[in-house]
Amino acid sequence: MAQPFRLSRGGRIDRTRPVRFTFNGRTVDGFHGDSVASALLANGIHLVGRSFKYHRPRGILSHGSDEPSALLSVDRGPGRVDPNNRASVVEVRDGLATHSQNHWPSLEHDVGAINDLLSPVFVAGFYYKTFMWPKKFWDQVYEPVIRAAAGLGKAPSVPDPDRYANRHAHCDVLVVGAGPAGLAAALAAARTGRRVILADEGPEPGGTLLHDTSAEIDGRPAAQWLEAALVELDSRENVILLSRTTAFGYYNHNHVALAERITDHLPNPGTAPRERLWQVRAGKVVLATGAHERPLVFADNDRPGILLAESVRVFLNRYGVAPGRRIVFATSGVSAYAAALDARAAGLAVTLVDLRSEDECGPELASLRAAGIEVLTGHTVIGAKGAKRVTGLVVAPVDRAGRCGAHHLIPCDCVGMSGGWTPAVHLFSQSRGKLDYNAAIDAFVPGTSVQGERSAGAAKGTYDLAACLTEGDAAGAAAAGSAERRRFTASPTPTGFRPVRAMPTDADPTKVRAFVDFQNDVTAKDIGLAVREGFRSIEHVKRYTTTGMATDQGKTSNMNALGLVAGQLDTTLPSVGTTTFRPPYTPVTFGTLVGPARHALFDPIRTTPIHAWAEARGAAFENVALWRRAWYFPKPGESMHDAVARECKAVREGVGIFDASTLGKIEVVGPDAAEFMNRLYINPWLKLEVGRCRYGLMLKEDGYILDDGVVARVAPDRFHVTTTTGGAARVLAHMEDYLQTEWPDLRVFLTSTTEQWAVIAVQGPKARAVISALVEGIDLSPAAFPHMAMRTGTICGVPTRLFRVSFTGELGFEINVPSDHALAVWEAVHAAGEPFGITPYGTETMHVLRAEKGYIIVGQETDGTVTPDDVGLSGMIAKAKKDFVGKRSLARPDVVAPGRKQLVGLVTDDPALVLDEGAQLVADPDQPIPMRMLGHVTSSYGSANCGRSIALALVADGRARLGGHLHATTPEGFARVTVVDPVFLDPTGERIHA
Amino acid sequence: MLLIACPHCGNRPETEFRCGGQAHIARPADPAALSDAQWAEHLFVRANPRGVHAERWCHAHGCGRWFNALRDTVSDRFLETYPTGAQPTQTSDARA
Amino acid sequence: MRRFSLSSLLSESLKGHRGWGRQWRDPQPKPAYDVVIVGGGGHGLATAYYLATVHGITNVAVVEKGWIGGGNTGRNTTIIRSNYLYDESAALYEHALKLWEGLSQELNYNVMFSQRGVLMLAHTLHDVQSFKRHIYANRLNGIDNEWLTKEQCKDFCPPLEIAGSLRYPVLGGALQRRAGTARHDAVAWGYARGANARGVDIIQNCAVTGIRRDAAGAAIGVETTRGFIKAGRIGVVAAGHTSTVMAMADLRMPLESYPLQALVSEPVKPVFPCVVMSNAVHAYISQSDKGELVIGAGTDQYTSYSQQGGLHITTHTLDAICELFPQFTRMRMLRSWGGIVDVTPDRSPIIGKTPVNNLFVNCGWGTGGFKATPGSGHVFAHTLATGEPHPINAPFTLDRFRTGRLIDEAAAAAVAH
Repeated sequence: MAQPFRLSRGGRIDRTRPVRFTFNGRTVDGFHGDSVASALLANGIHLVGRSFKYHRPRGILSHGSDEPSALLSVDRGPGRVDPNNRASVVEVRDGLATHSQNHWPSLEHDVGAINDLLSPVFVAGFYYKTFMWPKKFWDQVYEPVIRAAAGLGKAPSVPDPDRYANRHAHCDVLVVGAGPAGLAAALAAARTGRRVILADEGPEPGGTLLHDTSAEIDGRPAAQWLEAALVELDSRENVILLSRTTAFGYYNHNHVALAERITDHLPNPGTAPRERLWQVRAGKVVLATGAHERPLVFADNDRPGILLAESVRVFLNRYGVAPGRRIVFATSGVSAYAAALDARAAGLAVTLVDLRSEDECGPELASLRAAGIEVLTGHTVIGAKGAKRVTGLVVAPVDRAGRCGAHHLIPCDCVGMSGGWTPAVHLFSQSRGKLDYNAAIDAFVPGTSVQGERSAGAAKGTYDLAACLTEGDAAGAAAAGSAERRRFTASPTPTGFRPVRAMPTDADPTKVRAFVDFQNDVTAKDIGLAVREGFRSIEHVKRYTTTGMATDQGKTSNMNALGLVAGQLDTTLPSVGTTTFRPPYTPVTFGTLVGPARHALFDPIRTTPIHAWAEARGAAFENVALWRRAWYFPKPGESMHDAVARECKAVREGVGIFDASTLGKIEVVGPDAAEFMNRLYINPWLKLEVGRCRYGLMLKEDGYILDDGVVARVAPDRFHVTTTTGGAARVLAHMEDYLQTEWPDLRVFLTSTTEQWAVIAVQGPKARAVISALVEGIDLSPAAFPHMAMRTGTICGVPTRLFRVSFTGELGFEINVPSDHALAVWEAVHAAGEPFGITPYGTETMHVLRAEKGYIIVGQETDGTVTPDDVGLSGMIAKAKKDFVGKRSLARPDVVAPGRKQLVGLVTDDPALVLDEGAQLVADPDQPIPMRMLGHVTSSYGSANCGRSIALALVADGRARLGGHLHATTPEGFARVTVVDPVFLDPTGERIHA
Repeated sequence: MLLIACPHCGNRPETEFRCGGQAHIARPADPAALSDAQWAEHLFVRANPRGVHAERWCHAHGCGRWFNALRDTVSDRFLETYPTGAQPTQTSDARA
Repeated sequence: MRRFSLSSLLSESLKGHRGWGRQWRDPQPKPAYDVVIVGGGGHGLATAYYLATVHGITNVAVVEKGWIGGGNTGRNTTIIRSNYLYDESAALYEHALKLWEGLSQELNYNVMFSQRGVLMLAHTLHDVQSFKRHIYANRLNGIDNEWLTKEQCKDFCPPLEIAGSLRYPVLGGALQRRAGTARHDAVAWGYARGANARGVDIIQNCAVTGIRRDAAGAAIGVETTRGFIKAGRIGVVAAGHTSTVMAMADLRMPLESYPLQALVSEPVKPVFPCVVMSNAVHAYISQSDKGELVIGAGTDQYTSYSQQGGLHITTHTLDAICELFPQFTRMRMLRSWGGIVDVTPDRSPIIGKTPVNNLFVNCGWGTGGFKATPGSGHVFAHTLATGEPHPINAPFTLDRFRTGRLIDEAAAAAVAH
């Protein structure tokens, strides 16, 4: 397709590099350097979408990231489809497929446009007033219809083939925005040698200099100055210049987040990441983020072909595109004059309508008229003509009281409107700086700073080019700690405007559809309704009307909405309030924020030295905290149930081997180590002999069980503490906290040794026989090495701390060896055990075996509300100890009150029935709901060794109920159970002492 | 993300730290001597000032040491950090 | 109060909607009220509404330092459910859920309560045990909750990834079908409009600066930026600012205020049919009627009144979202914000009397208060009207921290609210 609206020359596009893409399946030609918006306009395409609520035809309003209307779904290949892209910021490239959104069956003929006819009903907040009858229709009828009508584009439906990167960076000065002020700031900061990052959201740095073709700086064309500035910045190693990079979030302590778009504009992204999140910690920040132009609010101001005036200028000068051939500029300020002049210079027919009276307008008018532009001063815009494209503008003279004269139609195919400027104070506001209202420029500008930032240029309400440069230079120099200042000369920038909230009109205000928020279809009428209904703060008005809540976050609409509210209440803007800006400045993909943190990088996976061996043996694994633990070792064809039954029998009848390396380990060392242990655990430690072990239980200060584990005294001043797998870090932190902050006088060091010691548990009647040939320097005989003892020696030539401990109730050893040697020792033990039928077992069997013995697992029998007495372990409390962590809480009234839940065993009437863990227990299954629940099942297994199912439970006054019956919930109803002692096997503990 | 000056390591990002809540609450020397109400006060009642707060931080993924800080809970600005056991040079608004 | 109905809407449509009056008045504070409620969020407004409708007490003022519904009411992810473990919590939240079920009609204000179902995902064997404990307990309490296999989870929520390759694969889930979401702002406005119509004064831009007490120590009124207001009883419902208000009566509270963040995506066509929560990986997500994915993040680790948290909290939540819904990496975060949540040591609320006569408090809702709004207001109104707690809020005393009778749902299940 030819580009009928491409100007014959000018613009920064590369005419030697044609680009071809599609819009709704139709081929569109453009040039390298075009945005989708500029290429569409070059081809005379203005209708690009349908609005959110009324499905009104919409076109391109802006050239930048403030675009509210022209939202496209962009297809960059399989899996690379995403909705709601602003046509003005998507760069064209070959093969791109773009689609308009929110219409059916087509953009041109959209059935949803019926909503536009119903607009008298569909006003702000109408949905709060209806859809309530009949009641059940909300879920079934109304809401599904509303939902289907809402939303813009379609969410991606397949996984994303792109990857995303993350980078942390530090700099002395971060400059946001590479327009004139930002460039001057970056240059000034860079010349001091400080580390500078300059980020700009556009594909090319330069800001307004890219389209302000008539400007001069220091006596030469601005474009030349820009080029020299970029060359200098590029040559400096202390400068990182990032284009296509949006500073979207300003967080605490000068933590600024940037989103860099790396591959979307490339025909072939290769292996590069699509986008990168920069998390910059900046010494100082310079905000040179520019300003946004305000639309004018008049009837049907949303018609395709109606653009912001400055955007018309950008399309003309930067892209070499005429958005129309007969352009009317409607303005209340002087900045649109430059656009009108440039349009005229491009050979277009131009009319300019200024709301201001002739004498308000100033001397610039003469230059317009001299250029052959028809000028109407003191005129308001009554409305626009045309539906899918503007065909004319109705204007009328208006006096200062707002009285309109005779209407007059100006035929046109494009309108450039300007209602003045709004500084982009978003990042300043995010930094928690306080905004001040500056009446002279009718804008909120940065006031009191909270963080180390300064604003410069249009972001601060300074619009004159020389002033922007001077201010930017000063900000950059000051941020870099330099006292040097430069002054700039530049061609003057006319900037005055008269604030106007809605263009004066003589039409019936209830009939006028003058849009304030284009994307969310909020009209001036809606804002009026909200105020009449009592919504008076801007936050209320926003929420009630949804103005400013669309994907552009109100960049073009907020000030008009504020002004309309203030006008209706006859008050000032600041008293209506301004919204607090929140991140992000423009929408940021989840992918950028997530970066590579997926799957294995979502959370670290910890594995033991034995992991590969277990994998090779076909083990099934479970996640326990960050660890992957072998769950069971199925033989070919075996179910989990079969495998666990076999493993359980093997341990009780022969010998099993278990990888307990995930146990937390802490070395507690120092002259006061025993005293420290004494204060932290409920047990006594002072008299524990060297070489002996003790099962320890620790509480939080609130009296509830925190963790447990076997502790060995390695030397008078040294304890080898073990913790639960999940509790290791928590326990160390708990210990460090008390040691450092409560008892700094204690001479103790704590070291995590979880990763240093691997633990191989060899359990079962034949355990001693298996390891005896491998161990040197330790007498393994029962008399010399009793249960709950620890010896040091070597195994397979490797130093070991050998524990005789058991979590199975059998004779057992836990072989602690340095992790580097663990696999070799494991393999040697396994080989030595093969004649004895040694059986590797996993965590499931470990759970069953300990449950058969009634041993608790912290986190399973306990849940953060359980005391030692609840689980029958109050006997461990050292009576002689005056205090330990948590002791006082055990004496609180409701902790000593009767009726607490206590650990018991349960057996079902049907020995084959394995209760659900979590099943609730009641005394009377026939009572009405709500039922009185007496407790719940904490552990439940089929026990091959007991020949039946067994369960542990916490039951109110459970120890008084032994022998009694309760009823447990099952998926099929209640099952009767008998309350029994929680020790199901070997209650006298003979086997463990074998 | 806060930038926190560990007294031992200097400025580090917040993700290296663990916040331990209100500072300068000494564990009672003889908890058994306290009434239930006094013990509950020790366990649960915390200053929650809208203003300067004295709080504990641990440089968990750094030197591992606990220290104290004065931070304004409205601006999140740190006034100072200081070692455990020391007193701040400024005062907190610990009434609430 | 002009009733909302289809016919009133249509007739107004023909008249340019010029006939709608204010939804609530903007009165000057009177010198005295029977009850003054401090805090114009959903809970405070609901309290006023039920004082008027259930107890006939209409000489009531709600004083709000900013704009009604501007705090956590308008800053949460609107999840409503009642499948709590303990009898005390279950009764409270189920009471609220039952009120939610008729709330639009009760208020004549469409609060868009949508019973889309809340699906809580289990990722570890420990989760499975915990969820089953909840499900069984809920059912015996008459609260719906059911176990879904991972395939059933996928059927219920098609975007969900249930592949075993996930870092924490989905093992199943607990589904409460009656649970869902509502339009948060409408709840505040609806209660305000209803209370206003019955004579309650809603006084915005009126900050409480002091609590005046008589010689015996009893509270007799509030000092405000708009003058002293005498009160028979005072109910403080100030969420994150409760500690500050209670300090005016020399009361120290077991509360800490933390920033809690949330975010929404750009709006898209319907893609997410329910609410999904995963406590294990910290993901809370639904899709609003407008089409935005609404995502709840966690609290920061430090107390703050800044309504702003760290970026790492947001990214951590999105990590989990994209782990469970990998196709959403190309979606965009549109808006993020923070609230200030007041958290008690057991993460359950405090609703009832204080040691100061005539001063009552309703606070400590932490991250889960929105879902309780109607129930909280209803029982607190009872407490303010009668001077004694309703049976449902009787367990939620300040005194439980002394006696040790905590209601610690999170400790019991590692479940965030």
